[in-house]
Amino acid sequence: MGKVVFKTGDDISTDIIYPGRFMATVLPTETPQYAFADDADFNKKLKSGEFTPNSIIVAGQNFGCGSSREQAASCLKGYGLVIVAKHFSRIFMQNSINLGLQTVICPDIEANEGDELEIGDNFVLNKTTGKKFNSEPLPKARQAIIDAGGLIPYTKALLMKRAGK
Amino acid sequence: MAMTYVQKVIAKACGKPSVAVGDVVEPEVHLAMSHENAALVINQFNEIYKETGLDAKVWNPERIAIIFDHRVPAESSKTATNQKKVREFVAKQGISKFHDIRGDEGGICHQILPEYGYVRPGKVVVGTDSHTTSHGALGAFAFGIGATEMASVWTLGNILNVEVPATIKVNVTGKFLQHVGPKDLILHLIGKLTAEGANYKVLEFHGEAIKNMKTSGRLVICNMSVEAGATSGIVPPDEETLDYLKNVAGVSDTIEIFGPDSDAQYVQTINIDVSSLSPQIACPHTVDNIKPINEVSGKKINQIVIGSCTNGRLDDLEAAARILKGKKVARGTRMLIFPASWRIYREAMHKGYLADLADAGAIICNPGCGPCLGVHQGALGDQEVALATTNRNFKGRMGNPNSEVYLCSPDVAAASAITGVISDPRVGG
Repeated sequence: MGKVVFKTGDDISTDIIYPGRFMATVLPTETPQYAFADDADFNKKLKSGEFTPNSIIVAGQNFGCGSSREQAASCLKGYGLVIVAKHFSRIFMQNSINLGLQTVICPDIEANEGDELEIGDNFVLNKTTGKKFNSEPLPKARQAIIDAGGLIPYTKALLMKRAGK
Repeated sequence: MAMTYVQKVIAKACGKPSVAVGDVVEPEVHLAMSHENAALVINQFNEIYKETGLDAKVWNPERIAIIFDHRVPAESSKTATNQKKVREFVAKQGISKFHDIRGDEGGICHQILPEYGYVRPGKVVVGTDSHTTSHGALGAFAFGIGATEMASVWTLGNILNVEVPATIKVNVTGKFLQHVGPKDLILHLIGKLTAEGANYKVLEFHGEAIKNMKTSGRLVICNMSVEAGATSGIVPPDEETLDYLKNVAGVSDTIEIFGPDSDAQYVQTINIDVSSLSPQIACPHTVDNIKPINEVSGKKINQIVIGSCTNGRLDDLEAAARILKGKKVARGTRMLIFPASWRIYREAMHKGYLADLADAGAIICNPGCGPCLGVHQGALGDQEVALATTNRNFKGRMGNPNSEVYLCSPDVAAASAITGVISDPRVGG
């Protein structure tokens, strides 16, 4: 259950989510300050701490297109945001899974800023409008990474297994 | 089972007789490339090893390549410190395919990898850069990944949970008109497919126009395949690939090549005849906003950029020098040249291209990513307009969200430098 705090359109690139000029900043503890840096209003709201964790960004098609920069996922993860989009660009989606940023593929989503959404295993319910939308489950192999808590613990477990530990 | 080219590459890398589209596999990685973002990969790699009691050694230092290109020489103390950290890691781990900030062997990663023969046909290449798709030009299955995923590859030597992608076959026939080439072809294709039209799919290029295309041109079309959302763009290897590897990259070992099965299944087939193709322009602020040049010619340009991993190669500089030799860059327009590597820089210098361009008023910058992603040099002022041979025109891409970027071929960039407005190179300069 979370509130939509930002609604955006199609083809939101990683240059919009995390502008290239901040790429020298890599630590997940430091990247959130530059999330949507060129959207002064939204960036300021994020930094003010007014959004509770599990607040939601609703986006159109191809969210996260462009660069492979992982900062685009880590900066949103830092605020505990959930991204509900019609669909995601491949690398951004994989980075989100690897870092544990919650992404929901919901091809028909209809929601506006201020709406309350309930996110189920295979649906998104807009509590404000009462409309329910199907969401696409992740492939099993990707879900396994999320269940492990992200790619670092997942890889660590494989490494230990290979080392016979 | 009949397989597309990428299915064959993945099957080989998994030691399986075949793989089907949608299978989830863990192929062996032949080459794992990073640039400055290796600093973040190192952090994540150390996190993986933390509290395991194991010695943090990469799986195979011979299969890792690290090339500094995004911010060279460093623009800030932060970058310089990250680069220093990477250098120390490289020395400690014994990583030999390391290209530091040097005039003899430096350059942009997507030029260095082919130039040094690091990429081989039929292999899996991953890179912490979305334009890793470039290396499909040599018949590799090459794709971009994030830093944490790379840390996992450094640890295990496999890339986990790869879904075998479906393939779109792109048949390209005909012969390019003068001043029209690979950049126009790929812009046209992205316009047709849209920015997400090839999401999670591979573009497999075939046809007479591809067969006749040099590796430098194939690198352009594979580089920008990601702008249609493709996981990878691939030209199945042929005589040209072998010739490039032997004579340009200096590879001496025997290379086995193969193609897709003749009855392989494609999700879509796209046919393009380039004979009537005109110069194409990607207009702000998405790469799929493609228009033929006649619809945008006359647009005033403040900054022209020729370079990047897309179009900073010797033939690109040659095309620009031919057009600009004896001419002048228009007053009120500045022109920046970023060769893709120092080898290209030196060849262009010896051939006189750089002198011709500088005599015309262009600034010759050092090889690197430069202004393409707005982190280093060549930022734009408010309301300024750039025309660039680079690969992205997203809002804010060149460091200023209040500016505009148009994308084009080197020929269009050079012709437009003379007039200061978007100009068709086919119309006398």
